[in-house]
Amino acid sequence: MIEFKNVSKVYPNGTQGLKNINIKIEKGEFVVIVGLSGAGKSTFLRSINRLHEITSGEITIDGKSITKAKGKDLRIARRNIGMIFQNFNLVKRSTVIRNVLSGRVGYHSTLRTVLGLFPKEDVNLALNALDRVNIVEKAYTRSDQLSGGQQQRVSIARALAQEAKIILADEPVASLDPLTTKQVMDDLQKINQDLGITTVVNLHFIDIARQYATRIIGLQAGEVVFDGPVEEATDERFSEIYGRPLETREEDEVEVGESANESSK
Amino acid sequence: MNQVNEQKIPKAPSKLKHYFTFILILLLLWGSAYQTDSTFSELIEGFPNMFSVLDQMIPPNWAYFDNIIEAMLDTIRMAVLGTTIGAIIAIPFAIFSASNMIKSTWVYYPVRFLLNLVRTIPELLLAAIFVAIFGLGPLPGIFALGIFSTGIIAKLTYEAIEGIDKGPLESMTAVGANKIQWIMFSVVPQVAAYYVSYVLYSFEINVRAAAILGLVGAGGIGEYYDRTLGFLEYDKVSTIIIFTLLVVLIIDYISTKLRENLL
Repeated sequence: MIEFKNVSKVYPNGTQGLKNINIKIEKGEFVVIVGLSGAGKSTFLRSINRLHEITSGEITIDGKSITKAKGKDLRIARRNIGMIFQNFNLVKRSTVIRNVLSGRVGYHSTLRTVLGLFPKEDVNLALNALDRVNIVEKAYTRSDQLSGGQQQRVSIARALAQEAKIILADEPVASLDPLTTKQVMDDLQKINQDLGITTVVNLHFIDIARQYATRIIGLQAGEVVFDGPVEEATDERFSEIYGRPLETREEDEVEVGESANESSK
Repeated sequence: MNQVNEQKIPKAPSKLKHYFTFILILLLLWGSAYQTDSTFSELIEGFPNMFSVLDQMIPPNWAYFDNIIEAMLDTIRMAVLGTTIGAIIAIPFAIFSASNMIKSTWVYYPVRFLLNLVRTIPELLLAAIFVAIFGLGPLPGIFALGIFSTGIIAKLTYEAIEGIDKGPLESMTAVGANKIQWIMFSVVPQVAAYYVSYVLYSFEINVRAAAILGLVGAGGIGEYYDRTLGFLEYDKVSTIIIFTLLVVLIIDYISTKLRENLL
């Protein structure tokens, strides 16, 4: 269970990243966080494994505070949380299996991992994880030779090899085409259902969110403006909240154009 | 149609700056020549000597080859050992100089400053200092080359580290890796090829540098330059030059080929 207690984050430049968030995410949920660009989705997600620090409040995972964790405790907490990134974040020059095995470093001594002496069980675990996302035949290929969708599946395999209890995915499909988007989201859903891994995903496409989520949380300017089951997350409701409907995948091209304009400003 | 409104044409930039720069460079050249007493008349006076030296250099004394082969091998050995020492010491220096590895400016600025300092000392001077400390022979030469290559390899490597993709750094943090695992799994695979390439590059430089270290008594083929030049045995000098040239060319060629395949 992930619990946010009065969590706020103010960036050094004064921007409010998160505003007094109180949320409980139960074990096994598939939660999708939606919101416009800059709504604080990424900050929300990254504060769970402390890739971002919060400025006040506390986040606990199964009752243990991650906010207060230090050193080894923090590393163990992170070990139990798999993370999937928009840009996959694989070491492109390393093989697929080495990338997946890198999820195991938290379980072994420094010396052992540095020498690359992962036990046989770990290698099997990694291969099984790759098999689960249907990419085991690429195990000894260099990661930069895979397509975007394949690379994202490798990063899912890494989270699986971690034997994570929670998977966080930050815009996992933002740089993928519709077909691979479906494959990757299906993989995440299957893992959530088969293994009961709590999954929290950031998306900015409301249609994909509805298709996969068991619960949707809407953020705006760092505040929770919607929290409920998929059935309640209707277009009307979101138009009301955001003043316009959230993007759907079909609007992809338009969206890309818009954000390109925004970034050039 | 082609008539452009006169008022719309911007004023052409003044060329004064170019003339001024040209005059400044001329002044600088003249000043340098004047202060160092180098004149054309001296150049012309010395010119015939060049031919007499060249004349004595040809034909090279091929028999001398046997005498210097051991010294040449020593030179290469010095370069190998010096480069290895430098390559090892350079690793911590490179990591502590990279701003994406060590967040504190209090660490990486002093380390970088130290590296810059090391690189300003010519290896010949380093060798001379080590000869004074350890006595004559290849050992001071090896140390000099080691320190010299630390400067080069660490500098180039830390720049490579600063240029790596930060995505894997983030994912290794998220996986719960400690600092050493973090470096081994996200930094090393990204910079290893560059590092090896810089080590080879530094080896090329060290072979050339090692060839003259003997001038200050730090071992290698340089001692034979000193000896033969001193006795005006120019036919032997040309043998050494040709041999050195050959060795340097071969090593450069192999190293360049290897580096091409690495990157």
